[in-house]
Amino acid sequence: MKPLLLRGGRVIDPSRDLDDTADLLIQDGQVKAVGRGLGLPNGGEAMDVTGLVVAPGLVDVHTHLREPGQEDRETIASGAAAAAAGGFTAVCAMPNTDPPIDNQSAVGFVVKQGAAAAGARVYPIGAVSLGQKGEHLAEFGELVGAGAVAVSDDGRPVASGHLMRTALEYARTFGIPVADHCEEPSLAAGGVMHEGLVATRLGLKGIPAAAEEIMVARDILLAGHTGGHVHLCHMSTRGSVELIRRAKDRHLPVTAEACPHHFALTHDACEGYNTNAKMNPPLREREDVEAIRAGLKDGTIDAIATDHAPHHYDAKEREFDDAPFGIVGLETALGLGLTVLVEGGVLPLAQLIARMSTVPARTFGLTGGSLAPGRPADVLVFDPSAAWTVDPRRFRSKSRNTPFAGWELKGRVVRTIVGGRTVFHSGSGEGGVVRP
Amino acid sequence: MSAPLGKDLVGLEHLSPDQIRLILDTAEPFKEVSERAIKKVPTLRGKTIVNLFFESSTRTRISFEFAEKRLSADTVNIGATGSSVQKGETLVDTARNLEAMRIDMVVMRHPSSGAARFLAERIASNVINAGDGTHEHPTQGLLDLLTIRDVKGAIAGTRVCICGDILHSRVARSNIWGLLKLGAEVAVCGPQSLLPRGIDELGVTVFRRIEEAIQWADVLNVLRLQLERMNAGFIPSLREYNRVFGVTVERLERAPREMLILHPGPMNRGVEIDSQVADGPHSVILRQVTNGVAVRMAVLYLLAGGRPELAEAAKGGGAE
Repeated sequence: MKPLLLRGGRVIDPSRDLDDTADLLIQDGQVKAVGRGLGLPNGGEAMDVTGLVVAPGLVDVHTHLREPGQEDRETIASGAAAAAAGGFTAVCAMPNTDPPIDNQSAVGFVVKQGAAAAGARVYPIGAVSLGQKGEHLAEFGELVGAGAVAVSDDGRPVASGHLMRTALEYARTFGIPVADHCEEPSLAAGGVMHEGLVATRLGLKGIPAAAEEIMVARDILLAGHTGGHVHLCHMSTRGSVELIRRAKDRHLPVTAEACPHHFALTHDACEGYNTNAKMNPPLREREDVEAIRAGLKDGTIDAIATDHAPHHYDAKEREFDDAPFGIVGLETALGLGLTVLVEGGVLPLAQLIARMSTVPARTFGLTGGSLAPGRPADVLVFDPSAAWTVDPRRFRSKSRNTPFAGWELKGRVVRTIVGGRTVFHSGSGEGGVVRP
Repeated sequence: MSAPLGKDLVGLEHLSPDQIRLILDTAEPFKEVSERAIKKVPTLRGKTIVNLFFESSTRTRISFEFAEKRLSADTVNIGATGSSVQKGETLVDTARNLEAMRIDMVVMRHPSSGAARFLAERIASNVINAGDGTHEHPTQGLLDLLTIRDVKGAIAGTRVCICGDILHSRVARSNIWGLLKLGAEVAVCGPQSLLPRGIDELGVTVFRRIEEAIQWADVLNVLRLQLERMNAGFIPSLREYNRVFGVTVERLERAPREMLILHPGPMNRGVEIDSQVADGPHSVILRQVTNGVAVRMAVLYLLAGGRPELAEAAKGGGAE
C-alpha cells in the first residue's frame, strides 16, 4: 500500500476535539500524521481534499447483512460494499440470519466472509440465546473468542426478564454490551405501524409507544441491578428518550442508538400503505422525532445506527400487513444526518461525526472512530455541500427498500479508506450516489 | 368521458361530498329494477366482473352478484379456498392473471387493510372495495347513508352514533367519513378497548356509555361484535357486553326521540342488539339490505362510465 496524503481538508476528529484545516498522512495502514504542510513520502499518492471533510470512517453498530441464509437480499460482501459507499468503515452484523449466529463457528463464518469482502470491516454480533429463541443463553465466551463484539437477539425482544438479567450479568465477564430490541411482545403483537391517528385512519393494527418504553424501563432497571452494559437498539419514542436521560443522570451502564428514519420521518410516511415506511420499531409522531433529535443533541442517544434491513423487492410489493419490516440505510445515513440534523440546525457537523463514528466505536469497543496518529487508518472523505438525489437503483446493496427514494440530500461520499486501503472512491464510477 | 368517481372505489375518505351524493342519487332509479317481475336491465351487457372474495361473506358477495346480474354483466366468483391463492400466489399475480383474461372490473373483499388500494394501483380494471381488513367498506357506508336519507329525508344535521367494536370495523370508518362529509353529527360508543386511538380527532364525539349515546342520537348504527374479540381479551364476556353496551328495548324506551336502528349484519341477537329491537318498528335492517343492491348497481354503473343523469334511461340500454 503506497502512502496517501490527504491535503488541505477540514479534518474533524471528535476523539481529539479536532476540527481544523490540515493534511492527513496515511502510511502502512495507519494514520501517520495530522498537521499542516506535511510532506509526501516517496512513491505516495497525494489527493487535494480542499473543501472536503476528512473524518474517521463511520461506524454502524446495527446492520442486517442477511448472510447466511438470505443471500437474495444481501450478502456480507454486498453489505460491506454498500457500507463503504455510504462512508462506513465498520459495521456490526446482527445475528438474526438463517441459521442465527449463536455459536463460535457461525461467528467465524461472518468474520471470514467479512475479511473476504474487503469493504467496510464487518464485526459479528452473537445471539443472546440459542436459536434466538429466548430460552437458553448462548455461549458468550466462545462467541467473543471467535470475534463477536456484542450479543443481541435483535429482530426479537428478549422477552424474559430473567434471561435479560442473566445475559447482562454474564456479559460482564467479557466486557461486551447486550444490545436489546425493546418490544413488549404482547403489546406489539400483530401491530404493523405506530398506534396513532394514521393507523386509525388506515385501519392498520398499531404498536403502541408503551410497548417499547416498558422494555426500555425494564432494561434500565436490570442494568442498574446487574451493572451489565445494556445497549438499547433503535429508540423511537419520546418516552424512551426520557427514560434513558434519567438513567444516564444516575450513571447507569446504558447506551442507546437511534436510526436515521426515526429522526427524519413520522408515521405520516405510511400514508397510501407505503410498505417502504413499514419498520419495527415503527415511525412515530412528530413529538417523538423531536425527542430523538434532542436526545442526539444532548447525548442521551449515543449513536446513530442504520438498522440496515435489506428485503427483496417483491417482499415489499405486498399488502401492508404482509410486507416485512425494515429498510436499507447504509447508503443514505450520512446524507440524512447531514441534511436533516446538520443543515436542519440540530447538530453541528463534528457532533454528527461523533454520533456516527467515534461514540459507536467506543461503545462497542471497535477499531475506528479516531484519526489519532498510530491508529488504523479508517478514514472517510466527503463533500459536505454536494447535493445528490437518492436513486435506489444505484445502491450497492442488493436491496432497494427505502422510503427516501427521490430525496435530495446533502453530502457526497468521496472516498472511504479502511486500514489504509481505499474501499470506495466516487471517482471510480460505480457509486451508490448520484453525483451532482 | 371522465368517470365521475375516477377509476376505483376504495373508500369514502377520499370522495367529495358531491361524489357521495351522486352515488346516492344514482341509486334511486336503480331501486326500481329490483322491484320488477323481470329483474334485469341491459346496462352492463358485455362487461366482465370478477368477484374476488378472500374472506367469507354472504350478504356483500350476494348483493354485489345480484347488482351485477341485474345489470346484465358477466360475473365470475373466486374465493380464497380452492383458488391459486391457496397455492401461495400473491394478490398482484392473481389480479394480473385475471386481467390477462380481459376483465373490466374487480370487486374485492380482503382481510388486509389497504389491499383494495394496492390492487387498484396495479391493474387497469376498475376496482371496487367490498371490505379491506379494518380499513373501509365503502358500499356498506353508502347503503347506510341511503337508508338514513330514505327515512330521515336528509343526512345533514342528523345525529348518528356508531356503536360497538369501532377498532376492528371497516363499516365504522366508511360510515364516519360518509356521514361527516354529508353534514351529519357523528358519535361512536363502545368499550375503550374497542375504540381506536385518536378517533376523536376525526371529528366524532366519543360516548363511553350506551345510555348517553341513546340520549344524544337520532340514529344508532349497531355494529356486529365479532365473537373472536372476546377470546382476544378485548372484552370479558358477551354476556357482560350485552349488559353494559347492548341496545335493548329497556334502554331505547328512555330515548328522548324516535330512534332509527341500523345494523350491517350479520347480527348476534342478544349480544350487541336485542331481538325485539332488531325486529322492532324502528329497525331498518332489512331495508339496508335492499338498498345495498341499488347502491352497488349505482357504483358499478358509474365506474363503468355511465352518466348519472342518464341512469334512468340507461336501464333501457347500455352504459356508454
